[in-house]
Amino acid sequence: MNETVTPADPQPVVMAQNPIGKVVAVTSGKGGVGKTFVSANLAAALARRGLRVLVLDADLGLANLDVVLNLYPKLTLHDVFTGKATLEEAILPAPGGFSVLLAGSGMVEYSRLTPEVRSEFLRVVHSLVPRYDVVLLDTGAGISDVVLFAVSLASEVLMVATPEPTSLTDAYATIKVLAGQQQRDQVRLIVNQTSRAGSGLAITRQLQQVLDRFVVGALGRPFTLAHLGDIPADPEVRQAVMRRQLLVKSLPDSPAATAIAQIAHALKEKLAAKSG
Amino acid sequence: MSSPSAAQPVDLQALNLEDARALLEHDAQNGDREAGESATHYLQRVIDGLCDLSLKDPLTGLGNRRHFHAVLGRSIEAVARTGDSVLLLLLDIDHFKRINDTHGHHAGDQVLRAIAACLARCVRPMDTVARYGGEEFALILPHCRPGFGLVVAERVREAIAALTISVAPLQTLRATVSVGGAYAPEWVRSTAELWIERADQQLYRAKAEGRNRVCLDQPRELAVSAEEKGLLFSQLDLDELPPPGVPAPTAHRVNA
Repeated sequence: MNETVTPADPQPVVMAQNPIGKVVAVTSGKGGVGKTFVSANLAAALARRGLRVLVLDADLGLANLDVVLNLYPKLTLHDVFTGKATLEEAILPAPGGFSVLLAGSGMVEYSRLTPEVRSEFLRVVHSLVPRYDVVLLDTGAGISDVVLFAVSLASEVLMVATPEPTSLTDAYATIKVLAGQQQRDQVRLIVNQTSRAGSGLAITRQLQQVLDRFVVGALGRPFTLAHLGDIPADPEVRQAVMRRQLLVKSLPDSPAATAIAQIAHALKEKLAAKSG
Repeated sequence: MSSPSAAQPVDLQALNLEDARALLEHDAQNGDREAGESATHYLQRVIDGLCDLSLKDPLTGLGNRRHFHAVLGRSIEAVARTGDSVLLLLLDIDHFKRINDTHGHHAGDQVLRAIAACLARCVRPMDTVARYGGEEFALILPHCRPGFGLVVAERVREAIAALTISVAPLQTLRATVSVGGAYAPEWVRSTAELWIERADQQLYRAKAEGRNRVCLDQPRELAVSAEEKGLLFSQLDLDELPPPGVPAPTAHRVNA
């Protein structure tokens, strides 16, 4: 008997997972590529476009959003997890017109993903979602279980990478895990600290070529790495970071701030297209 | 608008329970009201019996497709919360049509019953066994570590292949199954449809590779090979390097 075996019909697009709409994860393969800088400034740029934005410090254990924003709160996510504070008490206004929920230093004990951490984290994210237009998860770098879990909740994943080979290799490795383990079929790339125009697009294309050969998305569909934008290397960034200021606020016309505003615009359109 | 009072007693005579009772009797459960049994107790028993029936496959006594979907839906939720390893196995009897055509539908039914009973013996009490379709069965195995999945599935396949199924006096048959399996994806709240589809693809593969075998959806290779690394920068390095004589921008070393 010769049974014809046809692979599953590629037409019906089943969502690989049930991520929560409006939740955007900002992640990276390698640390120190400007992930938290991007999260904070992107949040401010989105807020400037009229969106209600909250940044959740999802880098449990190694959080530094507080350092970037120069905020030292009394109550943090740690207190929400342990029941010492309500969500309302721990949410703070950040300088850029958005809200933040900071992890706090007590989160070291949450750097392992136990069922309790998953459960608390889910509860917090689910109660934040109805109150904001966008919830940005500033995750840790790499492929630890906490990072993968946080990313799994997001409907959009923004991968931040710099053009350095180590950063790109780690970004590629992380994307591969997201495609394979989470059965995603799209990640958006932000190339930070580019030294010439168009190099981010060239990098995206190059990564896509390798992804096409070695990585398949959910159920054999092709995996897409979408280029969301570049942030040019800009001496002003260093200055703003050292002064702990938001670049889009202190120097909105600098090349990097302009680039982030464009990325915010693009992201807002993608989110609107998804929900509408 | 008037709503019926909750306290109003139900008149058993006014209810038409004949069909329900017949259904329960058919399934060898006593549908008759026992002497001295209260009306509430009797009704509760009839309702429980009907609920039970609605989840059962009448031929094999296993869970039916509805039961299977309910358990699978709950498993998906549990995995999202706990990160447990849950294995779904889909089993299809090989050349079942041939058994039916050659030996008759009664023989086919006997084969289905024998395999169902064998499956029920093979699994742990916490596992779920269901008849998923005509000649298709499904197993849901919670707490099944990835390293053990293939061993468990092979054991089930071998147990069925070793059966001698009596279909008529002095007539026995042997049957084999093809098995496809997939673990619930960890770290994500997946959908039951996607999970089934992944297991089903493996079942197709097992059929295509010659039947009477197990194919599991293996976790994909996630390591990055030297070949991939080489390809990542084949054109990029030159592209992104600043022209000679131009110092690299200081912002490159910003850590934020």
